[in-house]
Amino acid sequence: MPTETAAEPVITTEIIRKHGLNQAEFQLIRELIDREPTWTELGIFSAMWNEHCSYKSSKLWLKTLPVDGPQVICGPGENAGIVDIGDGQCVVFKMESHNHPSYIEPYQGAATGIGGILRDVFTMGARPIAAMNALSFGEPSHPKTRQLVHGVVEGIGGYGNCFGVPNVGGETRFHKSYNGNCLVNAFAAGLANTDEIFYSAASGIGMPVVYLGAKTGRDGVGGATMASAEFDDTIEEKRPTVQVGDPFTEKRLMEATLELMQTGAVISIQDMGAAGLTCSAVEMGDKGGLGVVLDLEKVPCREEEMTAYEMMLSESQERMLMVLRPEKEAEAKAVFDKWDLDFAIVGETIAEDRFLVRLHGEIKADLPLKALSGEAPEYDRPWVKTAPAQPYADVPDISPAEALLALIGSPNHASKAWIWEQYDHMVLADTAIRPGSDAGVVRVHGTEKALAFTSDVNPRFCFANPVEGGKQAVAEAYRNLCATGAKPLATTDNLNFGNPEKPEIMGQLVGCIKGIGEACLALDMPIVSGNVSLYNETDGTGIHPTPTIGAVGLLSNLNEIIRMKPQSGDKLVLLGETHGHLGQSALLADVFQQEIGDAPKVDLSAERKAGELVRNLHKTGLVSAAHDVSDGGIALAVAEMCLAENTGAEVANASALPAIQFLFAEDQARYLLSVPEAKLTSLLEAAEKAGVPAQSLGHFGGDFVALADAFIPLAAVKDAFESGLPELVG
Amino acid sequence: MKSAVIVFPGSNCDRDLAVGLERASGKAAQMVWHKEASLPEGLDVVALPGGFSFGDYLRCGAIAARMPIMKAVVDFANKGGHVIGVCNGFQVLIESGLLPGALMRNSGIKFVCKDVELVTATANSAFTNTLQKGQRLTVPVAHHDGNYIADSELLFKLQSEDRIAFRYADNPNGSVDNIAGILSDNRRVLGMMPHPERLNDPALGGNDGSAVFESLVSSLTVSA
Repeated sequence: MPTETAAEPVITTEIIRKHGLNQAEFQLIRELIDREPTWTELGIFSAMWNEHCSYKSSKLWLKTLPVDGPQVICGPGENAGIVDIGDGQCVVFKMESHNHPSYIEPYQGAATGIGGILRDVFTMGARPIAAMNALSFGEPSHPKTRQLVHGVVEGIGGYGNCFGVPNVGGETRFHKSYNGNCLVNAFAAGLANTDEIFYSAASGIGMPVVYLGAKTGRDGVGGATMASAEFDDTIEEKRPTVQVGDPFTEKRLMEATLELMQTGAVISIQDMGAAGLTCSAVEMGDKGGLGVVLDLEKVPCREEEMTAYEMMLSESQERMLMVLRPEKEAEAKAVFDKWDLDFAIVGETIAEDRFLVRLHGEIKADLPLKALSGEAPEYDRPWVKTAPAQPYADVPDISPAEALLALIGSPNHASKAWIWEQYDHMVLADTAIRPGSDAGVVRVHGTEKALAFTSDVNPRFCFANPVEGGKQAVAEAYRNLCATGAKPLATTDNLNFGNPEKPEIMGQLVGCIKGIGEACLALDMPIVSGNVSLYNETDGTGIHPTPTIGAVGLLSNLNEIIRMKPQSGDKLVLLGETHGHLGQSALLADVFQQEIGDAPKVDLSAERKAGELVRNLHKTGLVSAAHDVSDGGIALAVAEMCLAENTGAEVANASALPAIQFLFAEDQARYLLSVPEAKLTSLLEAAEKAGVPAQSLGHFGGDFVALADAFIPLAAVKDAFESGLPELVG
Repeated sequence: MKSAVIVFPGSNCDRDLAVGLERASGKAAQMVWHKEASLPEGLDVVALPGGFSFGDYLRCGAIAARMPIMKAVVDFANKGGHVIGVCNGFQVLIESGLLPGALMRNSGIKFVCKDVELVTATANSAFTNTLQKGQRLTVPVAHHDGNYIADSELLFKLQSEDRIAFRYADNPNGSVDNIAGILSDNRRVLGMMPHPERLNDPALGGNDGSAVFESLVSSLTVSA
């Protein structure tokens, strides 16, 4: 039996509520252990059973996602997913949110988000080679937005730049639904040898459990529980629950961990992320079917008089837990001494199903280990299907010139260089395509192979039509990879939603997962890792559903890269069909401030045909550049290509639709290609053979972006594109 | 050409620099840990890499400059050895007294990572001898503290002794006289903020940075 200490708080209904547990869940705890939990045990249960760690609202639906494929080495459930890239190598990747901490304390919240995702990757034995960030902020005019943008961007840069991982892509959006709840979704990918992967499952009885890395402080106590609560006006009080990052220690921890793995000392290893020591110890024991004993007085602490509760729930950063091969102790410790990091044996594995936590010999927690994760509540929350949206059948009254300049200068479509120039996107000297393109590309060091990375979602589409919106997020990621010449391999999903206890929010989650699942299956991009962030609400209002899709593609040789830069004199070819879908388009939302209509339908078989065609056309030398058509339709896609090479273009309305509808419609499964004139006939033939509609719309060259009858000086487009963001947030 | 790259905790361009040296010389650079008290025998060049040595805590390069290996690097330089410091390496060279002046926070306050155009200010050094004076190179910068400052006396000295190696065509950080890199008084120590090792391969979109490494190979192979 655990010892009760007089100084510990009495567990009241209010205290249970503050731990994010409801009365039914508390009752379940009592039944499981057949007595009242101690203060420390309540903390442990709260850490393990919160939404962030237990996925209790989403698990039922996440199980429906496709996670398998011949390319998959390790799917969801480990620290990150692993995908085979041939030659005995693999890519290890995941995306994770740090939304609530970033809103409370933008710099540290974002920084530690990067730190956490990098640890997930190198814990598995992979050296991080690329990062991305998907950011959603409130309206630029909202009083908090500017401060959040500056803090988050500086936090990401401050951590990632120092650690030394190139930030090669991502996305940034502004929308009023994030006014009180920004989203910071961080992606990291690493490279490993397939025969040198490390997992978290402990094995062997009586094996030492070793604490590695930075010391434990009181920062972040209760962080995972905070992350699973809605915000209200007590938000300032939550600042101490945000962790503080130290990228220099993380860099040393990575080098030391990878060096340690080479010594053969590691049986299993797990980073300390959400709910720190608690989660990592339970995870290792649970996966290995073992119990764990911890003696907390051995934990390296940087603050005095820390209680067992605080140590078990601290989210101090840059820490790992490992099960050690005892005969290798001296060798392992020498590695950590070399890097001036802590190495302390804090416990051992046991045969019993027991999680025993002691402090100076006093038992602070004594729980059945398996129950902590295995018996976590799982809910089939009530949900309602999102009501079908009324189709938009109108055509807005605006000239193509006015529309293009307004759109490309708007915060959502203006150049994001102001952001990514603050991130080191070239460290490691393998970056082949930098941010600002369809996908970032990084060479696999020492080879001619390369990996492409993109992150995508259109929350407006997901709000109007969760199923099609979910499909579209995957389809756009697929297009971005294909437009770069990469074969799509797999995805990671970061599902950001409001309060799942509301049936309409749960309906959005269910719908988006359905759409994502269908698309991942049809496009052969299984989900190998991910994260769910719920309760993204402020004072009862939820964010737009934002299931961010991070995707990875493979290029077997750097010469397969397709750039976005057209050749002056080339023909401009459109692949795919244009029906004129303007519902929920960027034109309506960002120029007319109207979010009306339905999301575009996604034809997954058309997506696949078009994507495969683009990659094949490039391999046969028929295209000089390509770009996917998404937000802002053909007009924005042409303008972005022109800006990439500083050349103009002339585009004709090749349809019976009004010009504005043809140019700004957001029908899916479309690409723009730059095609040498001499190759046009062969290209059109190849497209026909592949069953992909293709038509020449004009050509590249000159100093104007000419859309139907409107001639817009390239310089004016460039000015609007480049000044849009700095004017708002700079 | 035999080269070594010094590795501090927090260095993150050490591999990149080693690759750059190897591409030009055909010989792998030796990686030397900062806790070592001496350099390998027979070196032609010592390179200090970019990154965030000791987290850039205290002041960029200040802690690294006080590590055991730096005594050996200073001795090596004082005996006429060639030393190149890139980015954080430049900061370490200044902190260790091998180069004069100071590197302050960028005038724009923010970290800046982008390609810049460099103008070769002198061809008279082992690092620039395959270039022409006035020749332009595209090389990326990635730093927070690259704003080079010198008092008027030092600036006059650097100018009149032809010790400015590279200038920015479009100054990204507020450096005095657009200075991107400077030479020591014996012209054998170069510190520069831009990263020549990052655009050193046509497959990645640029090869201008290789001129610095090729210059070193050409001068050090001739003298050897």
